[in-house]
Amino acid sequence: MAEDKKLFKGFSRRDLLKSLGGIPILGAVWFAGINHDKKSKLERDFLLEKLNIKATPPPESGPMSGEPLRIGVIGFGIRGEQLMRSLGFATNEWLEEMAENERKNPNDMRLADFKAQENLNVKLSGICDIFDVRAENALRSFNTNDNTCKRYDTYLDMIHSGEIDAIIIATPDHWHAPMAQAAIEAGIHVYLEKPMTHTIEETYTLREACRKNPTAVFAVGHQHRQTQSFLTAMDALEKNTLGHVSLIMTTTNRNDDNGAWQYDIHPEASPETINWNAFLGTAPQVPFNTEHFFRWRKWWAYGSGLSGDLLTHDYDRINCILKMGIPKYVTASGGIYTHRDGRNVPDVMHVNMEFPEFSTGGTQRESKEKGMTFVYSATLGNQFERGTVLMGHDASMKLGNTLSIYADPRSTKYRDLLDDGRIDPNVPIFQYDPSASGVDAVTSATAKYFADKGLLWTYRDGKRVDSTFLHIREWLSCIRNGGEPSCGIQEGFEEAIAAHMAGLSYKIGRKIAWDEASESIIALPGEDLDAILLNNEV
Amino acid sequence: MNDKLNFNQIQLVSLVLLRILIGWHFLYEGVIKLYSPSWTAKGYLLSATYMEGFFGWLASDSMISFTDTLNIAALIFVGVSLLLGFKSSWGSIIGIALLIFYYLAHPPFPGYPLGPSEGSYWIINKNLIEAAALFVIFLFPTSSFVGLDRLFVKKEINPSTT
Repeated sequence: MAEDKKLFKGFSRRDLLKSLGGIPILGAVWFAGINHDKKSKLERDFLLEKLNIKATPPPESGPMSGEPLRIGVIGFGIRGEQLMRSLGFATNEWLEEMAENERKNPNDMRLADFKAQENLNVKLSGICDIFDVRAENALRSFNTNDNTCKRYDTYLDMIHSGEIDAIIIATPDHWHAPMAQAAIEAGIHVYLEKPMTHTIEETYTLREACRKNPTAVFAVGHQHRQTQSFLTAMDALEKNTLGHVSLIMTTTNRNDDNGAWQYDIHPEASPETINWNAFLGTAPQVPFNTEHFFRWRKWWAYGSGLSGDLLTHDYDRINCILKMGIPKYVTASGGIYTHRDGRNVPDVMHVNMEFPEFSTGGTQRESKEKGMTFVYSATLGNQFERGTVLMGHDASMKLGNTLSIYADPRSTKYRDLLDDGRIDPNVPIFQYDPSASGVDAVTSATAKYFADKGLLWTYRDGKRVDSTFLHIREWLSCIRNGGEPSCGIQEGFEEAIAAHMAGLSYKIGRKIAWDEASESIIALPGEDLDAILLNNEV
Repeated sequence: MNDKLNFNQIQLVSLVLLRILIGWHFLYEGVIKLYSPSWTAKGYLLSATYMEGFFGWLASDSMISFTDTLNIAALIFVGVSLLLGFKSSWGSIIGIALLIFYYLAHPPFPGYPLGPSEGSYWIINKNLIEAAALFVIFLFPTSSFVGLDRLFVKKEINPSTT
């Protein structure tokens, strides 16, 4: 105190004012800051409470404990390698390449992410690939002191070896169902890449096989079901945030060779290194050619183009959220407009799926709450991002890794809030960004800009995760701990039928109808739908 | 050197005003961020168009909470120091450093994407101008005349009253 007195000795009031004059300003600014946040928080909480959408936590998949599962992989191509990495197995070449990338660019997190991935407690015990180079490559990397990995000549040898508990299938489409069915009937668990089947007939026989062998766990590889923004979207739909959804727009926008399935042709590919007959299977018997082997997605004989490869992703995403099932009518059109390189699947395609009886519920009188169109529009000649939009009477939802909901100016549900100026149709009433710690009703233009640029990745519990890893983990958990995979045989059945209807409509040029009572695609007398679907004439 | 500068009344008032305006700006930015728990600089850093490696590191999972906290603390410190006139030279230097970081992450260089912005800029933007203004504040300190520092240096100063 004595010192204080000394300090202030000789101070006039004027001096004090000059010394301490900043304090009230500081108080005012601080108060204004708190007040601003409080106000925007109140407004945000009000909307969030009104909407009551939860950033739904992912369904927990169970522990990976117990005896290691013995996994076999059929098809060690581009997708096969990716799936194996999600399983925890990377080739030596990939590891070296990523280490080199990391050296060049410390921000390249691919190797670090791979190393940080949870151990799924599995052994990669078998590999089946009809191209020697790929099979030997896998063996070199995976047949080690810690893990015995064996090459099988045929998928049947692997399935019936007694040394495999579960298989992952990443082959061309025309092999999906025959392999999956053989495995399921042998009691082996199956993770099958999409599309689930290549023909209509297979779709029924595979479903039958799964029904008869319920102990074999079957999952289709639609990993987007694990994306957290989709789980949040499901909650928003359940809370009837959008009102009756009458139109859904989904798109594929690509503009590069890889996106158009012009994959690399391996220099060592030859009739000596590739078992050509095993590749062809039931496909038309044509002489060996590497174009067909490596770029099989370009022909109906082995693949199914946009409808099987990419529409299925978009259809399944929406089916995951809305559970709308198989469309009553499908019309499709398109053509080969951007890659006239001998392929016979279209590279521009538009599919309209009609669900006249479907309703997401709503706020209007009943007659205005029924019927929905799902539009899929794709081009391999331009990659302008058109996104996915669900359009309801009360609001629209933009769905990607982030999720934004905009109220509709003519909404019934939000009428009062719109009139009071508490909702601006141009500003999202709800925004979900998986990388942020919470949800936001009103977001700044800046935050939107960053989110739209895709800079804020898919996160779970604050950790960056790979959705394929989560999808495989879910399948393994169902094998170990019971439960149903999120994309099982019923979801796969709906995906495959919807895709085949789109392919058929494109080929026939006619509206294709589904008869729900008989669970069949309606054919004209004498029409063999599978023959039309597989027809290789352009 | 700081205490030996002599200003006339108008110069002094102008410099103090500049100091307070900038302090106000920093403090408000800091307080807003402090009370918004979901705020993060991640988006801003990850979308950096220059020195991406460095800013990406600041935004990395292991760094981001430290980066965010440090940013908020620095903003508030600069704001308080300039408003109150307390350790204002430190406040100016830290403020300049912050502004240079913001500037370099999204510099309005020709050929670089501008990102979200309320105006049009070529090489020079408001971050750079505010940094330059802070440099003036650093070179012409006023906190010994108007500010808490006056309490501590009272006896040694002799302001010109001409």
